[in-house]
Amino acid sequence: MQERASDADPLGLYGVSLASRLIIGTAQYPSPAILAEAIRAARAEIVTVSLRRESGASRAGEKFWALIRDLGVRVLPNTAGCRTVKEAVTTAQMAREVFNTSWIKLEVIGEEDTLQPDVFGLVEAAAILSRDGFQVFPYTTEDLVVAEKLLRAGCDVLMPWGAPIGTARGLNNPYALRALRAHFPQTPLIVDAGLGAPSHAAAAMELGFDGILLNTAIAKAGDPVAMARAFALGVEAGRVGYRAVPMQPRDMAAPSTPVIGTPFSDLARA
Amino acid sequence: MRIEVNGKRLEVAAETLAALLDELEYDERHVATALNQAFVRKVDRDAARLKDDDRVEIVSPRQGG
Repeated sequence: MQERASDADPLGLYGVSLASRLIIGTAQYPSPAILAEAIRAARAEIVTVSLRRESGASRAGEKFWALIRDLGVRVLPNTAGCRTVKEAVTTAQMAREVFNTSWIKLEVIGEEDTLQPDVFGLVEAAAILSRDGFQVFPYTTEDLVVAEKLLRAGCDVLMPWGAPIGTARGLNNPYALRALRAHFPQTPLIVDAGLGAPSHAAAAMELGFDGILLNTAIAKAGDPVAMARAFALGVEAGRVGYRAVPMQPRDMAAPSTPVIGTPFSDLARA
Repeated sequence: MRIEVNGKRLEVAAETLAALLDELEYDERHVATALNQAFVRKVDRDAARLKDDDRVEIVSPRQGG
């Protein structure tokens, strides 16, 4: 039987099969309860988490970790805030122990205003971590050459930015994202960061991207739970639309209603 | 001895990383540690000896994007 666009369409990441193509961050929500509700509304199976300095008696980390564990989702720890290879590698090693996962969202930030990845450090850190048994999800730019080097370094997934983190600008460079998709047809590609509206997520999925990772657009929405659902719908609409193969744009109008049999069509028009 | 813990200078009695966690009332099960920017596994904390001016990081799970 022919495969249909509406058939089951799991996402495979490092051998893990997932029904959801929306990965969401856990930061900046108005409350832990709203965070939990938003994760459910997004139907997310993966959430991103981080490590931060703990003060002795506060036990803040334990409370947050208990909340996430109770939701039964898979976690993708990040190296957010790291600015050198050494910081990123050590943070990843600490994350693997605390979260008991070899998955790591690798961030090596190179510039403060744009939070642009330091792609040179990123490739170096990705190679070190891959050799050490990590399964690396690199937060990268849309650069094709960097993408190639990350794959050679051992990454099986790429996560190019849509726009700088937290800007809600959507897809800054659709041309380059389309080129990335065409160049790496078999590699899971996830647009990570910079999205603001569900239509941005749908647009990325319509380009053929395999998933979306975002945080701020949901957490900072007027109603984060409703926005989580809206993004889930946007991701699904974009994905099904991509698989259904959209028609190509054309310059001239073409009537959708049949022309044959149009009333009065034999009358001369002024 | 005087060391730096999570960016703060402290006078501590502990001579190992494991003893430091105990002295500062951490729950050692729920934190990860680094000594002078190098990861120290849970099982290695007893053997990780501290000296003056060492820099220790003690981290735990947090919200992240």
